[in-house]
Parts: sequence; structure tokens; C-alpha cells
Amino acid sequence: MNVQISRLAIASLLLLAALIVATTYWQAWAAGSLAAKQDNAIQRVAQFRIKRGLIYAADGKTVLAANVRRKGAGQVLYFRRYPTHGLASQVVGYSTQGRSRAGLERSENAYLTASNANLGTIFDKLGDKLKGATVQGNDLVLNIRPGAQWLAEKALRGKCGAAVVLNPKTGAIEVMASSPGYDPNKIESSSGYASILHSPSACPGSSSPLFNRATQGLYPPGSTFKTVTAAAALDSGVYTPTSRFFDPGYCVEYGQKVSNAGNPEAPERFGNVDFLQAYQHSINAVFCDIGKKLGAGRVIDKAKEFGFYAKPPVELPSAEVEASGEFDFRKHAVFDNPALMDPGRLAFGQDKLLVTPLQMALVAAGVANGGKVMEPHLVKKVVRPGGGTVVRVKPHVWKKAMKPETAATLNQMMQAVVTGGTGTAAQIPGVKVAGKTGTAETSVNRVYDAWFIFFAPADDPQVAGAVVVEHSPNGFGGAVAAPIAKELMQALLATASKQ
Amino acid sequence: MGARALSNRNRELVYLAVVGVLTGLGFASVYIARQSVVSWGSLSYALFFLALYLAAHLVARLTVPDADPYLLPMAGLLTAVGVTEIYRLGNADAFKQGLWIVIGVGLFALALYGLRRDYRRLEDVKYVAGVTAILLLFLPRVPGLGTTVNGARLWVHLGPLQFQPGEFSKILLIVFLAAYLREKREVLAQARPKDLGPLLVIWGACMLVLVSSNDLGSGLLYFGIFLAMLYVATARLSFVLVGLGLFLAGGVVAYQKIPHVHERVTIWLHPWTSHKVFCPQTGAPALRQDCQSYQLVKSLYSIGNGGFGGAGLGKGTFTTTDGHQLIPYVNSDFIYSALAQELGLVGAAALLLVFMLFVARGMKIALRADDGFSKLLAAGLTFGFALQTFIIVGGVLRLIPLTGITLPFVSYGGSSVVANFLLLAGLLLVSDRANAQ
Repeated sequence: MNVQISRLAIASLLLLAALIVATTYWQAWAAGSLAAKQDNAIQRVAQFRIKRGLIYAADGKTVLAANVRRKGAGQVLYFRRYPTHGLASQVVGYSTQGRSRAGLERSENAYLTASNANLGTIFDKLGDKLKGATVQGNDLVLNIRPGAQWLAEKALRGKCGAAVVLNPKTGAIEVMASSPGYDPNKIESSSGYASILHSPSACPGSSSPLFNRATQGLYPPGSTFKTVTAAAALDSGVYTPTSRFFDPGYCVEYGQKVSNAGNPEAPERFGNVDFLQAYQHSINAVFCDIGKKLGAGRVIDKAKEFGFYAKPPVELPSAEVEASGEFDFRKHAVFDNPALMDPGRLAFGQDKLLVTPLQMALVAAGVANGGKVMEPHLVKKVVRPGGGTVVRVKPHVWKKAMKPETAATLNQMMQAVVTGGTGTAAQIPGVKVAGKTGTAETSVNRVYDAWFIFFAPADDPQVAGAVVVEHSPNGFGGAVAAPIAKELMQALLATASKQ
Repeated sequence: MGARALSNRNRELVYLAVVGVLTGLGFASVYIARQSVVSWGSLSYALFFLALYLAAHLVARLTVPDADPYLLPMAGLLTAVGVTEIYRLGNADAFKQGLWIVIGVGLFALALYGLRRDYRRLEDVKYVAGVTAILLLFLPRVPGLGTTVNGARLWVHLGPLQFQPGEFSKILLIVFLAAYLREKREVLAQARPKDLGPLLVIWGACMLVLVSSNDLGSGLLYFGIFLAMLYVATARLSFVLVGLGLFLAGGVVAYQKIPHVHERVTIWLHPWTSHKVFCPQTGAPALRQDCQSYQLVKSLYSIGNGGFGGAGLGKGTFTTTDGHQLIPYVNSDFIYSALAQELGLVGAAALLLVFMLFVARGMKIALRADDGFSKLLAAGLTFGFALQTFIIVGGVLRLIPLTGITLPFVSYGGSSVVANFLLLAGLLLVSDRANAQ
């Protein structure tokens, strides 16, 4: 029987050895992905013993997220406190026991809890553990400029909308506001959470304060999208700024009239115009014809070169960033088959096109930066608790959207919009401002989503961005969104030299 | 045995002292983590353990002087690790577990004393053992006695006393199989149907009880022990293959027909869902990780949180900051997840190595024994120990579908602790006889 017993012994030991292998798998190989699960309450609670890293605004002084130390059950725990009570609330997010994490608190959790794999952090953490000291997370310094951020939130107060402003040369996001916001200190308690969810709505339907409109909000871009169409048209070589058009006040698609903006019975009508004027005055009929001639495929390809159909690589959690593009409302996802698109309406930004404010800010930034779209970044650097930089975010080109000559031409055309077109409300004395208005139709008649995309100074762009205000009755982009953009540009340019 | 520096019992004493020190350190660590002080309370637990195992050692010295010196210290280490962790998770249960260990050691001493002359007398009562095993399995089905816990009907309530008879019937069944197979092994090897009769009857009865009481883990355990012992006795691998085939076929049928089995397999294959599925517990849609696979997923999070070095004994996370339990059944079915979190990969692997050493020693005893009954008994007891460990830890690690059984010597549970001390007594008895000759 000894042969059988030996074999049985080997089989038994192999079964137990398999347990060691499986344990190794979960504790070494899969530990990271387990830790990242949203329902991992153990990880979440365990991390309350870590002195979480602080989150600073770009000035390095304004603290957006701090810690409160509490003793309980023989251990010291650190809970989050948000001293600004909601500045850039959706960007910073929250870290709670009961409701998990959101925003940068979620996506940058590894740095904030010192569980990132940088060598310095690993040694710091090991030292803390061996000494029995509290593990300290790394601090984040954001690109968010507190003054301008506050200004943007104030300008949007009482409305639903978003504003994104970034440095077109580096991709540093200096303003990202989504209105309405919320006080993250209230998230943990159920009554506080309920008060956020049921706060009076500033727009039809739920105003969803937790929702980051700047990166998740999907809006029809309206005429701001003509910038993408114009880039496609100029890059194709078929059109130049002096190309001639005749605008009868409408264009004909599928045998039906598609009218210009204004009263459909008596639409605006410009007659003989060139391409620059068509862009400057945002003439739908001309762009409709360009779209039909180029075809939806070419316009969509150009949109992809601007970053549409991809989630911009911003540091927020992937679930809090949407891709822009033609949207299938039944499948609730973007689609890119040109055969299913209406090329004329696509060309002036209607059809089924839905975009995020961040994406439109990147369109303006791409034009401002000679055709190169930089990766958008909320985080400037990650700093170790005792000083010393763990990671400094460096500028990277994300997309090459168009030829430099095309960008230079579009720059001129966007300046013309502000000097003598639909965007005169954004004029700043002494600064060359470039921009494009958009007034997107909503399901309600004469109620619009008002857009303005912009950059300045046009000859050496320091800021570029997008502002959208939802559901503005009779609100044209030039009248509603452009003044907010102007305020932000002024604030940021005034202090740009100091940064 | 020849000249040796240390006799087996002196060797055992040395290892027990080592285990005593380890236990003291373990409790001290939990105390430090909790109150930042080492109190005498922590050391009293360790001293109590040391005294208890010294008593067990003395009984072994008197009754089984030549028995294997490693098994008792390893059992001591495993129970100490278990009690330390149970203590860390909640004082009250640790006290009860301590009492059960005392009872276990008491029965261990009684078994050694009663069978010290010749345990092979058990062969004469094999049918009594077999029938008792089945009666014990049926006990929880008796109205008024049995209770259902976690979907399985395994418990018997007798006044304040509450126990799982299944743990004892496992040992009785191994005794029966060892005796029966020893007697019939030659004829069985020819595989004539009439000789297989009593075996199939016993096996069928076990399966029936287990399937009807929804205790799948024990079903797998008994069937595995049965096949392993049949193989050792007859040397016919074909029995094992046919048996495994039957088990798989039965498993497929059970998966299709028995909702409880279907649920367990679904949880095993897809513990996480990205969209809401029907949740039988609440009747409303929910993510599976928030519903059926809640336990498994939380246990995996606990293991993952341990990482390489672990959180440290006493420093793991098992409750929210305001004291809500995060892992259900953490001190019984999921004790391994708790240990893996606090001891990390290093500690968990070391713990499993102790289990492997225990199995290796047990199998060595089976190899050294010189009669068929002893060999079968030792191999059966050892394989039962190994397979039970594999089923529960493998379930917790999502290697196989999770079924609730206890981790030998470590988990909280009186019946389990007591039954495993009887298993240990059996191995020491066989070992003493083999070494004495």
C-alpha cells in the first residue's frame, strides 16, 4: 500500500501548495486591482489610518482638502475636511467611509495614500511602518488657480453650466467649474448627502450637483463646432479664407430647407460672403454646404484629430470623463459611422453631436497652440510630505489636430469673430481675443445652450477655454457665455506673469 | 530506535516551548496594537496555553511514548494562531474557543488513555462506527434538534449545547472505512458488484444526507476521503477516475437542478458584475458583489489588503471606524482571510506550510505503520485533514466554489476543534505503535 500512500501524500501536498500559489496571486499579483474596486470597504476604512496627502490649488497655499485627526477605538483616524466648502468640488471630489470616493480623491488615491510605486514613497512608507509612525500620503498641487476658479463659480451661480480654461501651451487646467457645485463636507452624513441631491434645481430636470459638467456633461456644441469643420475645410485644400459663397438664408438637405439661425420664417440672409465672413457671422447655410461637399466622414475624421471619440487623458476617474462625438441615444454611446450622419447639420454642430466643455476647450487650445492639442492636466505636481517632488507633470502633445498654417488662419478667423462678428462681448481693451460663439438648440423652443470658446492673447496665447450655460431663454452664446469668458481671461491674464 | 540525542517526547517538549513563546508574542502583539501596552492578561493566555499543552504532552509521554514528536506542537501552534486571531476579532468568542480546546485536549487524553494498549480494537466495532456516523449525519434533520445556518442544516441544539455532528461522523467514517477496506481489499480489487454493496450503501447515504442538508463542502470532503482510501486499499486508479467522473456528473446535475448549488457556482465564476442582477436576498436588483457574493468578495479584499508583509497582528481592518463588521463569519469560515490580512503573504504561506508539514508527518506515519488497518486509518485521517483545509481555504481564495466548512484547529467552532483533537489522537496512536516496533 506504500506506493498508493506516497502518491496520496504527493497529491495532498500539491493541493495545499496550490493554496500558497493562490494566496500569492491575490496578495501580490491582484492586490492592486482589488484595492481599486469601488466596493472595497476594507481598503477604504484601512486608509483612514493613513494621514492622507493634502490637495493644494496652484498657488500652493489654498488647501482644497485637509485632514481632521480623530481618536477612536485605540486608533488614530484621519477624516477629510474641505476648507473651501466646495471650491472646484467635482474636481477635488471626496473621500468618505460610507460613499466611497470621487474626483481626484478617487483617481489619485494611490498618491494620496502613499501606495504609489515610486521608490522614494516606498521607502518613506516602510520607514513610517517600521517606526510605528502614521503613514503619510503624498500631497497634490493642482493647476487650478483659486481666484479665477472662484470667479467662474460665482459667474455660473444660479445657472447650470460649466467653464474650462487651460494653458494651450502646456495643457494645465487653470479653471474647471461645474455649476451647481456642492459642499463635500456634507457628503458623509446621509442628511447632508440628501440635501445635496435635493438642492433646488437651477435648470430643468435635476441639477445633479455631483455631476462634473465640464468632463461628463454632453451638450450639442452648436456653432462652436464650425471651428472643427473649418479646420477640415482648410486642411483639405479645397477651401481658403477667401473662398466665395452665396447664402440664400438656408441650405437644402434631403430635399428640405435647413434655415439659418433666427426666425425660421424670415431667417438671416447674408447673400455673397467669403469663408472668413461665413465663420465670423456663423452662417449655417454656408457650413451646411461645406459639410455636404466634404462629407460627414472627413468632418468626423477631423473631429477625431481634435480628440473626439476618446476620453481626454485628464487625471479624473475614467467614469467621470466622457468622450465627445455623434451620439446614439438608444445605445447611450458614441458612434462614428458617417453613413448614419447628416453631413450638413453635423457641419454646424447640430445633428446628433454631443460634446463635453473640456473637449471644446481643447478645440480652442488646439487652434491657439498652432494645431497641437496638449494633454489636459489638473495636477501640477505630487510632493512628498517632507518636501521633495515625487512627480512633476510635464507637457505632452496629445493630438495633432491640423496643419500649422490652418491653425494660423483659424486664429485670424476667430479673432474676426470677436472684433466684428458674433462674439464682440468678449473684447478686452489692449488684448487680442479670439473666439467662437455657439447657440445650440435644445428640446425647448427658444431655449438654448449658450457656448463660447476662446483664447487670448491671440498672438501669444496664454489661456484657452470653453464656457457653456445651459437652458438660457433666448440666450445666444455671444450674449450669455462670452461675458463670463471675458471675465475669466481678464483674471487669468492679469496674474499670468506672476505664476 | 537506536541512540538519539533526544527522545521523541523530549523533542516534543522543546517544540512546545517554542510554540509557547510564539503564542506569547502573538497575544502581546494584539495587545500592543489594541492598547499600546503589554498587560499580564496577554501573557496569561499564553501561559494557560503552555500549561494545557504541557498536560497533553504528559499524557502523551505516559500513553504514546514513541509517537511522532512534531504533530502535537504543530496542532498547538495552529490552535494558538486560531485563538489569537479569534481573540483579536472578539474577546468573548476567544474565551469559548479556549474552553473548547480544553475539552478537546481532555478527549484527546481520554482517547490516548483508552486506546493506549491497542487501538486496533476499533476494527471490531467498525459497523457500529459506520452506523453511528450516518446517524450523526441525520441528527440535524430531526425536527426540534437541528437548525439551519447560512442555508445549510448542520447544527444540533441540545439545551445550551450546540454542535455540528458532521465533524465527528467524519472520523467515525474513516475508522469504518479503514477497517472495512482492510478486510475486503483483495476482493474489492476485483471489483465484483456484491462486494461493493456495503460501501456504496454507506456512500449513497452520506451523499443523500449532505445534498439534502445543502452541506456541499462536507459532501466533497467525504467523497474525497472515500475515494482516497479506496485507492490506497485497492491500488486501482480506475476507481478514483470513475469516482471523480461520477462526482463531476453529479455536480453538473446538481448545478442544473439545485438552486443552492447553482448559486454557489455562479458566485464562484462571476463574483463581480458591472450591472445590477436579481438579488434573491432582497428580491430587488443589485450588483452581485453587494448581494450574493458579498462574503467572498469582502474576504478577497481582506486577503488583498494584507499584501506581502500584512497589516500586522491586531492591525488589520475588519470593522468600519464606528464598529460595523465588514466581513461576515470572519472567525469561522473566513478565518484564513483575516489571518492573510494581518500576517500577509509571508505569514499565510508559513501557516499553510505548517498544514503541509502536518500532512507530511501524517502520511509518513501511514507509510511506517505495518498493518493495513493502521495504514488506512492514518492515511484517511491525514487526507481528510488536508482535503478539508483545501476545500475551505481554496473556497476563500476562489480556487473552487466556496462552501462553509472549518479550517482544522484554527477556525472558531467547538465541534471542529474537538474532532480534530480526536484525529490527532488517532495519528499519535498509530505512530506510537509503528515506532515502538
